[in-house]
Amino acid sequence: MHPVRRQRLLLVLFVVVFSSAAIGLVVYGLRGNINLFFPPAQVVAGEAPVGQPIRVGGMVVDGSIERSAEDLSVRFRLTDYSGEVPVVYTGILPDLFGEGQGAVASGVLNDNGVLEATEVLAKHDENYMPPEVAEALEQSGYDHSGVPK
Amino acid sequence: MIPEVGHFALIIALCIALIQVTVPLWGAWRGNLAAMSLAPRLALGQLLFVGFSFACLALSFLQDDFSVQVVANNSNSLLPPIYKFSALWGNHEGSLLLWVLILSLWSSAVALCSRQLPLPVLARVLAVMGGVAVGFLSFSLFTSNPFARLLPGTPADGSDLNPLLQDPGLIIHPPLLYMGYVGFSVAFAFAIAALLGGRLDASWARWSRPWTNVAWAFLSLGIMLGSWWAYYELGWGGWWFWDPVENASFMPWLAGTALVHSLAVTEKRGLFKSWTVLLAIFAFSLSLLGTFLVRSGVLTSVHAFATDPERGLFILIFLAIVVGGSLVLYALRAPAVSSRVSFQWVSRESLLLVNNVVFLVATLTVLFGTLFPLIVDALGLGKVSVGPPYFNAVFVPLMALLAPFMGLGPVSRWKQDSTARWRTQLWGAALAAVICGVTLPLLQAPYNIWVALAVLLAAWLAVGLGRDLWLRVRSGNTLAAGLRRLTPSYLGMLLAHLGFAACILGVVVTSQYTVEHDLKMRPGDMRAVAGYEFHFDELAPVRGPNFVADEARFTVTRDGREVARLAPQKRRYLASGQVMTEAAIDPGLFRDLFVAMGEPVGAEGAWAIRLHYKPMVRWMWLGAILMALGAFTTLFDRRYRRQRRALPAAPEVLARGV
Repeated sequence: MHPVRRQRLLLVLFVVVFSSAAIGLVVYGLRGNINLFFPPAQVVAGEAPVGQPIRVGGMVVDGSIERSAEDLSVRFRLTDYSGEVPVVYTGILPDLFGEGQGAVASGVLNDNGVLEATEVLAKHDENYMPPEVAEALEQSGYDHSGVPK
Repeated sequence: MIPEVGHFALIIALCIALIQVTVPLWGAWRGNLAAMSLAPRLALGQLLFVGFSFACLALSFLQDDFSVQVVANNSNSLLPPIYKFSALWGNHEGSLLLWVLILSLWSSAVALCSRQLPLPVLARVLAVMGGVAVGFLSFSLFTSNPFARLLPGTPADGSDLNPLLQDPGLIIHPPLLYMGYVGFSVAFAFAIAALLGGRLDASWARWSRPWTNVAWAFLSLGIMLGSWWAYYELGWGGWWFWDPVENASFMPWLAGTALVHSLAVTEKRGLFKSWTVLLAIFAFSLSLLGTFLVRSGVLTSVHAFATDPERGLFILIFLAIVVGGSLVLYALRAPAVSSRVSFQWVSRESLLLVNNVVFLVATLTVLFGTLFPLIVDALGLGKVSVGPPYFNAVFVPLMALLAPFMGLGPVSRWKQDSTARWRTQLWGAALAAVICGVTLPLLQAPYNIWVALAVLLAAWLAVGLGRDLWLRVRSGNTLAAGLRRLTPSYLGMLLAHLGFAACILGVVVTSQYTVEHDLKMRPGDMRAVAGYEFHFDELAPVRGPNFVADEARFTVTRDGREVARLAPQKRRYLASGQVMTEAAIDPGLFRDLFVAMGEPVGAEGAWAIRLHYKPMVRWMWLGAILMALGAFTTLFDRRYRRQRRALPAAPEVLARGV
């Protein structure tokens, strides 16, 4: 074979082998690391899987935040105004987390329908709302600040 | 009045950019010297007007002109003046103006420093940059005018800059990052000019290389500052989140790293030509994609400003024109510029090829992970997010794979080398690396296999480079003569590769050895973390220029001796009522101590407190600084300086041309 052509062939083989390895890594990386988002209404309706990592987002229900006096555990409820999901979390909450504000909790749903969150995200300025939460609110007929349309 | 003048200047700048894209291009096509030599002057004129417009907006911020919408939304009369100035780019409209300003700075730099370029090439390069400027200036003017007024309805005071952005890191992070992002437009413009002209040779790579290196250096610094800022300002000690917007800046960096290396091959050996051109297009397209992701708000991200779908659509169309147009041009013209030179498999070329493949695959996997949620959403399969575990699982093995080859690269010869020579050159380095990898992690119990691996790879790079440096210096008669023989290009490579080794160490050691405790503490309590005793002395109210805060005062001791006094704060900003955590950090080369306040817990004055011990966290930022320094160092290489010496002759040539 012509040396230049042979080199091309080897090059292509190298790229193919390498990209398959990379694709393998990607598939492995994606497996179990994709968190599906569920609005509270779907969680209440039992559409969310139990025991798998998911994300739930909505507004934090007024008066629902209960902090423990002993440790850093917190309970609160997330709503999209058509369903409410109770969440438990242990740790420090973000600065802009608060009642009547949008938040996204990621964690695992237990058998009692309580989301055991490992991470809670709040919006980072007054005007911003996570797109998923905005859409979840939209679907139940509320605008971004929780006012019915 | 000032805002209107600024707005008008921006419109003039758009008109200049329109001329800049058409006239020189026509000139280069028809061989009209007058039209071609207009390009540098137009670039400077554009800088003049964009700079003026920027100054007008800055003045509006400094004078608290709350009738201007962006000032009213992002500033406040209580804000310290330096933050009033940096508030200019703490919002969508202003940051876009900064983008345009930096683009015209780059165009002018090309116009001023590249007079030794053949005139048609310079004209084409500046015309392409003018085209990019047209896109961004019209984006700014038509969808996000920074000078829009609030008349009537001017508020008495502004609603304040987001407190997270009131920080020295945020004064310089966006400009540096944009210098990098936009800097790739120069490499892009050179690539397009080469395709248009059908001429792509070693001198093309020599012109394009310094610009690419500088852009890459700025991007490295910008990303590093962003990571550092997140670490101390977000209040929970994280330094990289694989957030879509971080990825948006990281992807051009990865593609840019591949470009920097493939340009080396193109310059030295005339190989990989069409590949280099493709990478230049790719790197700049990723910069644009990054802008789209940040500005359109399609992804959940801490960086997204409150957004407007119209803007996203505009950038998407612009992106489609740039990517589509340049790829069509590439398809038409690439055969004309491609090379037919062969090289041996055991050579520096093939190692640089490995670099390119690894970085390209890394870019694509990050791109895939970032866009995956969008794809799934578009297919109607639900809303997913791809978290850090995916990126770590993919990215870390790729970089680990890269490091062994990276140790070989600098000591290999171009064209043809032999594995026997590699063995004699590097068995010492390999042995030293293995010894370091086995022994050094023993300093910290328990033994950690990942740290051992990181030390092994870093030592392999550092020892190999050190040995090569020693051999080169020794080849001179005296030490001074040996040192003089080192070219800035070589020193730059050395610094950048050592920086990469430092990054490996910093990232892995921090990830493995960090100790984090979130706990409840009352004044008077003491907790021990990694051998340091954190004493919570007292809680005190403090008042800043535009905030009030609770301050927790800590004394940290080790074996009874005082190590540091730390005073984290929980601030409430007066204008917006926004609450923010200000962490306190005792920095060190080998360990950081980090304290941040959560929220009050219970009734007895107790607080949720974060105590972190972070070993060697600074090494990755140090590594990034070394990489940037390395890239800057290459500019002093004689082969680029020779071009600059030719500069004084240029005006005559131009004058004769006219």
